[in-house]
Amino acid sequence: MTDDPTTERERELRAQLDAAPTIPIDDYRKRSRRSFLTGAAGLGAGYLGWRWLQDQPNVGGIPKPLRDTLEFNEDVWRTVSESRSAPEFSVSKATPIQVNGRIGIRNEIDLATWTVRVEGPGGDLLDELDISHFEALPQRDMVIEHKCIEGWSNITHWGGARFSDFHERYADQVGDVPYVSLETPDGLYYVGWDMPAIMHPQTMLALRLDDQPLDQDHGAPLRLATPNKYGIKCLKRIGVIRYARERPADYWAERSYDWYAGL
Amino acid sequence: MSIDTTEPETPPDDAEAPSDERVAQLVHPRAIRWLHWINFPLLFIMIWSGLRIYWAEDVYALGIGSWQWFAFFPDAVYETLGLERRLARGMAFHFTFGWLFVINGTIYAIYLLATKEWRHILPDRHSAREAKDVVLHDLHLKDQAPPQGKYNAAQRISYTVALAMALVIVVSGFAIYKPTQLHPLPWLFGGYQGARLVHFWMTIGLLLFFLVHVIQVLRSGWGSFRSMVTGYVLQRRTPTPPEHEEVAS
Repeated sequence: MTDDPTTERERELRAQLDAAPTIPIDDYRKRSRRSFLTGAAGLGAGYLGWRWLQDQPNVGGIPKPLRDTLEFNEDVWRTVSESRSAPEFSVSKATPIQVNGRIGIRNEIDLATWTVRVEGPGGDLLDELDISHFEALPQRDMVIEHKCIEGWSNITHWGGARFSDFHERYADQVGDVPYVSLETPDGLYYVGWDMPAIMHPQTMLALRLDDQPLDQDHGAPLRLATPNKYGIKCLKRIGVIRYARERPADYWAERSYDWYAGL
Repeated sequence: MSIDTTEPETPPDDAEAPSDERVAQLVHPRAIRWLHWINFPLLFIMIWSGLRIYWAEDVYALGIGSWQWFAFFPDAVYETLGLERRLARGMAFHFTFGWLFVINGTIYAIYLLATKEWRHILPDRHSAREAKDVVLHDLHLKDQAPPQGKYNAAQRISYTVALAMALVIVVSGFAIYKPTQLHPLPWLFGGYQGARLVHFWMTIGLLLFFLVHVIQVLRSGWGSFRSMVTGYVLQRRTPTPPEHEEVAS
């Protein structure tokens, strides 16, 4: 053992430390006490802040500051880009998709009598459409990664019409509405969309899954599909399409989730 | 195994020395101390809320093929942590505190660059060899610890790895959060599910670092913990510098 640095390496390393300022021990005692008091105060403040957050009134099932942050995040990401597209895949990559949500589609319906009500922002009925209207829109196929908010995802092959193509017919009538609300025929499940996201070319009114008409578990006869929002926004068995001036209610946003749910 | 008799260990704060022979040397600047202690609760809020998110689809396991040796996580872990399955709440916390975690980390990165503090942390060309000697010394297989600066070589390597893991966690986290809007970020990780996998395993890695870090601080003693609160270590006046002060672990 030696107190003197003997090697160049030791001198080099020690030099790094010797550059650090030193203070007399009495000064140190004062500073040390102050540091520990500051630390204790910080600990207390952190604890109180954490408690404060939990005690805030809930908005949609979560404390208001968290809800506010989700809305702040929405503003951030809508500003960053809502026009970018998710990758699409070749049909051979597609695999069968599991059935996750049955809210709003628990009972079987008669597909032959099914129609969609299209409503304007004032609640006025614009149209009542059967499936032939959607089959007559320009059809496209889309193989995308469908993402569930739970974490799983699936490469899925959808077929149908772009929402934007459907919207053309109503564009002049409804003008610059910022939102669209969709509901199941029984009204038990409902989602809200902002206009830029639903007008995205990858937001589809889907009629087909793997080239076959949708079965009832997957939302027959017509559902939403997109790679750009979580599956909770992809309403099955569309019963109502309503243009809205106010932000529409959303089933899961009322149950603590993010209203935007955008990817 | 040799018993360490040749080297009288210098207590980290030279407790026995009369106070007029001691000075306090600043080793952790104020900014580092604040950033370190703010990061600690933020990291654990992120892991706690992240676990709630992971729970909704807890598919990762160690094993070969269909044989699972350890599934993340056994029910006992969920129950012990008192985490109800509350995915939505987990997401709300994760995407709120995530900003604070990222801001704190960014300030830290800027500070390291601006003050050149990174030179104390990043390994250099001697560090691999010296780190091996540090480990051997810690295991009492080697009498003398290699020379060190503010941190020993093993610390340098593990801190650098931990910082790198934190960076990968943040980048993969953004890839999962906004895979389309940040496209092609998920591509870096082999896609969306790849990003989830990396995000998970890097978090496990950071937890392992945390475990070792706490054990090493406990081994190193009160002076080491105190230095991250006060910024100072106590040592004898020069010209007799201490053999090697263990600043922190």
